[in-house]
Amino acid sequence: MFGRDEKISPIRLTAVQYVILAIFLFLAYGLWRLQVSQSDMYATLAEQNRIRNVPILAPRGKIFDRNGRPIVDNYPSFTALLLRDSSRDLNADAGQIAEGLHLDPKDVRDKIRHFASMPQYRPIYLKEDITPDEEAFIEAHRNELPELDTIMAYRRLYPRKGFLAHLIGYVGEVSEDMLNQPQWEFNNPGDVVGKSGVELQYNQILMGKNGSRQVQVNSHGQEIGAPLDEKPAEPGKPLKLTIDIDLQIAAEEAIEGKNGAIVAMDPHTGEILAMVSRPAFDPNDFAVKVSHAQWAALVNDPDHPLLNKAIQAQLAPGSTFKVLMATAGWQEGIAQTLTVHCNGGAEFYGRRFGCWVKSGHGDVDLTKAIYQSCDVFFYTLANKLGIGRIAKYATDFGLGQKTGIDLPQEVAGVMPSEEWKMRNFRQKWFAGETISVGIGQGAVAITPVQLMRAVAAISMDGRMVVPHVADPTGLPAGYLEVNHLSDVKSIPIDPDGWNLITDAMSRVLLPEGTAPSAHVPGIDIAGKTGSAQVVSLALRAKHANDEALNQNGWFVGFTPRRNPDIVVCVLFEGGEHGKLAARLATQVIKAYVDKQRQQPTKLAGADKTVEIGALWTSPNAENPAEEKLQAGRFVLNVSKKLPPLATAAPGLQ
Amino acid sequence: MSRYISFRDFDWVLIGFVLVICGLGVLEIHSATAHTKFAGADRRQLYWIAGGLVGMFLVSLMNYHVLIERVHWMYIVAIASLMVVLIFGQKYLGARRWVKLPGGNHFQPSEWVKLILILAVAKYFADLQQRELSWSDFIKAGAIVGVPMLMVLAQPDLGTALTYLPIAVMGLFIGGVSWKQGLTVALLGGLAVGMVFFTPKVHILKTYQRQRLTSFLQPDADPQGSGYQLTQSLIAVGSGGLWGGKGSQTHGAFLPIPQTDFIFAAFSEEHGFVGALGVLLLYFIVLMRLTQNAQTAPDRAGTFLVMGVVAVLTFHILVNVGMVLGKMPVTGIPLPLMSYGGSSVLFMFLALGMVMNVRMRRFVN
Repeated sequence: MFGRDEKISPIRLTAVQYVILAIFLFLAYGLWRLQVSQSDMYATLAEQNRIRNVPILAPRGKIFDRNGRPIVDNYPSFTALLLRDSSRDLNADAGQIAEGLHLDPKDVRDKIRHFASMPQYRPIYLKEDITPDEEAFIEAHRNELPELDTIMAYRRLYPRKGFLAHLIGYVGEVSEDMLNQPQWEFNNPGDVVGKSGVELQYNQILMGKNGSRQVQVNSHGQEIGAPLDEKPAEPGKPLKLTIDIDLQIAAEEAIEGKNGAIVAMDPHTGEILAMVSRPAFDPNDFAVKVSHAQWAALVNDPDHPLLNKAIQAQLAPGSTFKVLMATAGWQEGIAQTLTVHCNGGAEFYGRRFGCWVKSGHGDVDLTKAIYQSCDVFFYTLANKLGIGRIAKYATDFGLGQKTGIDLPQEVAGVMPSEEWKMRNFRQKWFAGETISVGIGQGAVAITPVQLMRAVAAISMDGRMVVPHVADPTGLPAGYLEVNHLSDVKSIPIDPDGWNLITDAMSRVLLPEGTAPSAHVPGIDIAGKTGSAQVVSLALRAKHANDEALNQNGWFVGFTPRRNPDIVVCVLFEGGEHGKLAARLATQVIKAYVDKQRQQPTKLAGADKTVEIGALWTSPNAENPAEEKLQAGRFVLNVSKKLPPLATAAPGLQ
Repeated sequence: MSRYISFRDFDWVLIGFVLVICGLGVLEIHSATAHTKFAGADRRQLYWIAGGLVGMFLVSLMNYHVLIERVHWMYIVAIASLMVVLIFGQKYLGARRWVKLPGGNHFQPSEWVKLILILAVAKYFADLQQRELSWSDFIKAGAIVGVPMLMVLAQPDLGTALTYLPIAVMGLFIGGVSWKQGLTVALLGGLAVGMVFFTPKVHILKTYQRQRLTSFLQPDADPQGSGYQLTQSLIAVGSGGLWGGKGSQTHGAFLPIPQTDFIFAAFSEEHGFVGALGVLLLYFIVLMRLTQNAQTAPDRAGTFLVMGVVAVLTFHILVNVGMVLGKMPVTGIPLPLMSYGGSSVLFMFLALGMVMNVRMRRFVN
């Protein structure tokens, strides 16, 4: 059966051998092509496969007040994520995971389904900023739910209840629009940057530089082995503000429950000591992720909680403008001798302009016109000066212009003039309009910080400073953006003039002034009240009960009268009368003075009683020759307990 | 028919080369699976090789004529076992290919069906005494291979089904097919394959099969899907360069399950062009040695038997290495002797046992 006679053709077997040889040559050629000819290309592809740059996030710089007390800090925040490259059935575990993380199981399953088509190494971000008990849940279920993991990132911790919110601002992920602007061209998508306030203004300093770690990963994105290369992150630099937390607390408390702004400044340097705007927002809401509903509510709120009214509200200053009018009048040699008789109003250019005191002020000179805020006097002064000269002085003192404060989105406001009207309305200026400008009405629209700066300059012999919130000495050398902050401009004004004006202002809080209720015994405060109508009087009469149309109360004041240490400006929206605004301002000033008096350098602290020796003369106006020198020894009790100073911004202990 | 057989007549050179290939395979399995969930596969592979060697000696003891004479019974058992798989088989990754054995092991009958087909084809062509093949020979030989092929295709396991084809082709070729007949059949076959591929209404190929078969033409079209393995395999082989590299593709688990079908990619990555060419050379020597054994076989049946083994082995190497190099579709065919897997190792050693069987009897009668 298996005979040898029918041998197989050896040619066919040889042919098979050649076929095999051909196959192997074919395979060897393929091998050559890949491993020798195109080896470089594939080596690069392999590198790209396994080398991954993992960013090391740089924490943002902390923000401190002028005494180094923390205002903004960072806190480690954990995000729960679901790893998808494990062999677990995620949908089966979704119920337990949702329960532990206080999520809706349906949302978790939706997310899992949504990610189904993504590469496996991409985890699902389940919940940002998880609470400690949710974190504990994840830790406790490491074995049971190995697909559940956390990732840590530093987030901003802002003070509670919107404390200093407008000045600080907030951070957020850089948007695509921003990346197209030259300012942000070196940022990468996903970077967290400042979006408003000093967070935006000093982003370059606060942000730091992310580092990176080159790691070898496997196809699941898991790191294998030690990092190949590591570039450590450069943490953001700390930022020291000129804000005084104690004063800020006083300002926040003063305006609590009201709308408006308070801003306080050291008139010598331009350092802003306190700045509040109300209503406020809570920047902590932005630190994680602001929801659409929250954002819409903030944007559509008629009280504009996102607006920093200290630098962004453009309103008529009302009678506070009279300080500037007085200065202009004195400089032009008109106010010194001007006296008017006020009987409750006066007629100019065929129209009657009323004084706020219907019965009139009687005979009024410059001093009385200031502390009694007589409108008729300033109508007359405005009429004599003319809009050109008013606008010149107002502009010299920075009204209707940006102050150059180191905060984003400051607005300029409006100081009307003939040119301004022609430029914007193509109309001639009517002399009658000048009369309204004289009492800070009409087209005049300025910001609280402008008003504060102008009045500070008048009280300081014409010294115009640039208001600023960052301490330039604490900033890195070569940071040019703050060079202008220490600029001082001097406007020549007659000392007799500003002495008289500030003396008159100090009587505003005395019984004869417009705001006696704001008087603080023992503190020499000079100031000026103002109330400005938001709409025309006729319109206001129609909506008598509409609070939104109430007059704005203003107050700008400083202490002490000569060479002041602090100037405060208050805008009390809907506050009706300047004296109410004055009460808010004096609360801040009192806090400042109390704090000054508490400092050991100003007072012997250790002993409960101190002895003070004093020499003084008792003047005798009638007979100067009889002036006597007197001496005395006093024992003062200084054991009075003053409230302790803050150690940090609220919510940052 | 004398019974003087001796293990001196064993092809020790062949076994030597085969064991070198197996050893390289084990080393590569070790390298690729260390620190993964497959760790320990190298040790299990060694057990399979040891078992395979024992099986090889046992098979070589039985006269292959005895095996060939009883091949119709074995054929029936083979068909039956394929039926069992289709009905009771373990479903794994969408296909029923495995039978669970009482010991907790799984067995893939489609592998040893190959052995029986080699025997069956050898018997069929050995029985033919005339030089010219008739068309009925074609149909009969085709049926012998075609029936189990269709059953394996139904599992569905296209790759293994295709490995049955070269047994028939080899039988027909050395059985004396004429050029005219060969061309005709090749044309008809080509036409049939074309119809399967280009007529979407014909559901002989499952979607994933069509994807796998066509992805090698365009591996980038679906980098996360069926083209993924292929792309990663190309990167692995290519990044190996001339002398080999660190094997980040293999060790970083970019190359999925590198110890089985893609072991040649893993080996090429770690040992480069020089190493991979060396392995191809080893396989070539083994194949040449086998054809030499076929030439010196005592009879037609012996030659057909050895050449059947040559056909299967060559086809496996061509399709597997070709797949790794991106020249062939991804079909799930292991690289014999190197890839991890008991069924594949056992098949190769039992097949080599039959070759030894033939060789030991080359001087008898």
